[in-house]
Amino acid sequence: MNLDFTDEDRAFRADVRIFLAKALPDDLRRKMVERRHLAKEDIVRWQRILNARGWAVPAWPVEWGGQPWTPTQRYIFQEEMALAHAPEGSPFNVNMIGPVIAKFGTEEQKRRFLPRIANIDDWWCQGFSEPGAGSDLAALKTSAVRDGDDYVLNGQKIWTTQAQHADWMFALVRTDNTGKKQQGITFLLLEMRSPGIIVRPIPSIDGISDLNEVFFDNVRVPVANRIGEEGRGWDYAKHLLGHERSGIARIGLSKERLAQLRHLRADLAARGMLTAAEQARLDRKLAEVAVELRALELTQLRVVAADTAGGGAAGAASILKIKGTELQQRMTELTLELAGPAGLGVPDHHGDGDGTDGWRAAAPLFYFTMRKVSIFGGSNEIQKNIIAKTMLGL
Amino acid sequence: MDFDLTEEQRLLSETVSRFVADRYDFHSRLKAMAEERGYSRAIWGQMADLGLLGLPFAEDDGGFGGGGVETLLVMEALGRGLVVEPYAGAILLAGGALRLAGSPAQKAARMEGIIAGQYLMALAHSEPDGPRHTVDQLRTRAIADDKGWRLTGAKTAVIAGDSADELIVSAATPGGVTLFLVDPQADGVVVQGRSGYDGCRVADLRLDGVWAPANAVLGGVGSGSATLTRLFEEVTAALVAEAVGIMTDALNTTVDYLKTRSQFGVAIGSFQALQHRAVDMMMQVELARSMAILAALSMDMPAEERRLNIAAAKAKVGQAARFVGQQAVQLHGAIGLTLEYKIGHAFKRLTAIDALLGDADHHLDVIAEAGGLPAIG
Repeated sequence: MNLDFTDEDRAFRADVRIFLAKALPDDLRRKMVERRHLAKEDIVRWQRILNARGWAVPAWPVEWGGQPWTPTQRYIFQEEMALAHAPEGSPFNVNMIGPVIAKFGTEEQKRRFLPRIANIDDWWCQGFSEPGAGSDLAALKTSAVRDGDDYVLNGQKIWTTQAQHADWMFALVRTDNTGKKQQGITFLLLEMRSPGIIVRPIPSIDGISDLNEVFFDNVRVPVANRIGEEGRGWDYAKHLLGHERSGIARIGLSKERLAQLRHLRADLAARGMLTAAEQARLDRKLAEVAVELRALELTQLRVVAADTAGGGAAGAASILKIKGTELQQRMTELTLELAGPAGLGVPDHHGDGDGTDGWRAAAPLFYFTMRKVSIFGGSNEIQKNIIAKTMLGL
Repeated sequence: MDFDLTEEQRLLSETVSRFVADRYDFHSRLKAMAEERGYSRAIWGQMADLGLLGLPFAEDDGGFGGGGVETLLVMEALGRGLVVEPYAGAILLAGGALRLAGSPAQKAARMEGIIAGQYLMALAHSEPDGPRHTVDQLRTRAIADDKGWRLTGAKTAVIAGDSADELIVSAATPGGVTLFLVDPQADGVVVQGRSGYDGCRVADLRLDGVWAPANAVLGGVGSGSATLTRLFEEVTAALVAEAVGIMTDALNTTVDYLKTRSQFGVAIGSFQALQHRAVDMMMQVELARSMAILAALSMDMPAEERRLNIAAAKAKVGQAARFVGQQAVQLHGAIGLTLEYKIGHAFKRLTAIDALLGDADHHLDVIAEAGGLPAIG
């Protein structure tokens, strides 16, 4: 046993670090540091810089632009990205629909979609949740009825993140009502410009309108845009949700945020804005976060090592997701505490504050927005159900 | 980045695990606790036969030269069996002091007996009326007397102190803390043994002008704090590993109970509230396991990294142990409260481990004061 990265991995880390130092545009980095909201163009711009380097979709199959990296190298890459304040890119493109098409799509679909997904020539959104199908996703009702070479869609999706930007949606729809509810679900790719689609933004507690309702009124989707077989969409969706776990705990991100918290605390103290008691209390809370983060980092590394050896436990991703999101949320609480009453005034534009102290105005919105991470992608309660079943046999 | 065991380590792990599984059930623990010394001489002899008592000592001293990972494997396995024999106290703590600070002659006179299970040493450091977690703020004093020293003071929580053939006593001396070898039969020594709430024997010690010869100094005069600092780091890592073993067994026992205990006509493990609690326990056990590995591997790190990673491990494991111990009792219901069932014993030992060598709060303070943790890897 040892905690040392190999010489090869160290060299790899150095390469990534050098690339990021050169390639990450300063205005993007500054936006990230200040926790400002990234526009679609920001994410697309960065994704294309990565893509030009061949690093936009490292976890994909090599023939479609992936890299032959080990899980350890993927972990290092994600950590360095976070430490350099690089944007994360669109998870829907990179981590979700790309890997599904690469694994279950036809050759024609791969050729047509994958290069455009990697470059975000098309922006994708995820059409899974419905008003009556959240945690119980298989209860979804949006119907797709075969009519010639098309499916005709009727129904509604909700909580569709960034649907307002999207060119395409990957959606789970119901093609059969007769068997078990997991059967009869089909995985479709649909163009957001199709007639009959209406997107309505939903205002959310963080002041960003990234959530949407999407209504389908006799929307025609070519059968050629179906992934795999009719009625097997549930299997493909499960693959999508469990695809990549070398970065699931987002260790690099949390390290960067902890470092920033320490920096903010020191800055406020130096300006005489914290009492001695407040400083001691904050230091104690930061120590607890540091310990929790260290424990999670080691746990993530154990999972990476097990995955490299091909023997990782199935439920481990759920542990990393739960503990990772709890930690991320905890740190937004501490940022909120540091900001104090100065954070009450909502900035004009998300995160755009008054110069050096902009973070204080951004802190509450960041706190509110990060409540989502324990809800989406399978709520932490659903993750616990998964662990109870797969790892404890309950 | 490698979490695999070497072939030798795998063999060691299997040997200890088999020993615990085959020879040390809950009944063995109760029987050992009822013996005069509070542990079983027969089991201790078997541990000697397996080579466990010599594991941490240098090959030149007749041991096996085991390091952090070897100790992790042994302590985790002993934890799973809730082994009450004083491996940590006698071999790692007192034996460790001898290993770290003893002169060749001092080691030569004792190592063979220790490794064979024939000679037992105990470390007397904690004091009933002093700071709880310190290596240098001592009230016990040693005053130079011609050709020797006179020791006066009181010690508490001396693990296996009442069955020790010899004591190692820390005392304030001019120039710092010094460790002394003390014969428990010497004039002025009073040893009062009792059973700890965790089932392990501890002793109170009073020293009233006890004379120790000059060659009873272990290590140099004034070098005691440095020895204890290093020693406590090693033993903290060992206790953390033991706690992980105990938690692992407590979790397994609890999950089994949830599957078999029936109420309202169903297994109580079918209730989501209890499933989620079990998952919360399991996540804490895995985080704690990661920290036990970190602690074991930090033995070879530079001093400051080692110090802070050990502190982080003890803090995390202290918190995890409290949660897992409490919930193991809670999910068992009333049967978790009885001494006739092992969960209560596991809970109490986990509680004791947090209290030993600095509790979670103490170690969080260490980290807060240092301003965080150094990077790893």
